[in-house]
Amino acid sequence: MVFGTGSSSTKSTKGVEEVGGNLSVLIVDDDPIILRIHRMMLNKFGLVTHVVENGKEAVDLFRSGSCFDMVLMDMEMPIMDGPKATQELRAMGVNSMIVGVTSRGLESEKQSFMGAGLNRCHEKPLTTDIVTSLVQELIKHY
Amino acid sequence: MLGLGEDRLRADMNRLLTLLFHQGVLDEQFLQLQQLQDETSPNFIFEVVNIYFNESEKLLRNLRDLLLDREFSDYQRMGVHLNQLIGSSSSIGAKRVSNVCVAFRAASEQNSRPGCLRALEVLEHEYCYLKNRLDEVFHVSKSSN
Repeated sequence: MVFGTGSSSTKSTKGVEEVGGNLSVLIVDDDPIILRIHRMMLNKFGLVTHVVENGKEAVDLFRSGSCFDMVLMDMEMPIMDGPKATQELRAMGVNSMIVGVTSRGLESEKQSFMGAGLNRCHEKPLTTDIVTSLVQELIKHY
Repeated sequence: MLGLGEDRLRADMNRLLTLLFHQGVLDEQFLQLQQLQDETSPNFIFEVVNIYFNESEKLLRNLRDLLLDREFSDYQRMGVHLNQLIGSSSSIGAKRVSNVCVAFRAASEQNSRPGCLRALEVLEHEYCYLKNRLDEVFHVSKSSN
């Protein structure tokens, strides 16, 4: 259970595959811890990641012409929350895979977030298994 | 001689972590973070946990300030802080802190100030325990490197 400090820790976690290529993910979350962890998890798959801290920044990025294959969207954020940002992206015609991430465990709240236009919704924390399944779905899509 | 010392330190660190897992203070998510750490990010866990400590202390201060205000009634704002704490705690594997926050959130959803005050006390206790133990783990980890 020793912390990885070098080559002994470079062995892949179970199921992790190097995807590489041009797949990109926008991580939208106001929590710096979540941003750091999710970025690290996705980078392990060779995905290119970009981070923003609220829904408005995400919408502005797409509006300015940026494009991402997947968006990880937190539910509660200042300025513009996840449901609102998701609705705006879909109204703009964004077809990227949008995955909601929330601390709220109630099924009704997840369903409500899904109704904004998500492809999937997961409760925090995202585990390696969940990220693996998201990446597999992304690859299938492309 | 030095090797034996390092081995002992690593054994101490493993013992500390094992205890935290057995006590339910940490869960599998912490192991997932360990697996993400590699030579390109050799201090990943230390960095993430320190960000967690800094952010959590701000949130705890906010919660305390809200509750100690005699005019307090903004349970919704309290809920926002708690959601953030639940999300970040569960993402680093801080299971007991996360569970206490969920109970705290339930009290805030019932608009129960006494319930929230009790929950805050438990939360601060659990957080301090977690922080002290993890500080100990990182101290031993640094000594062994």
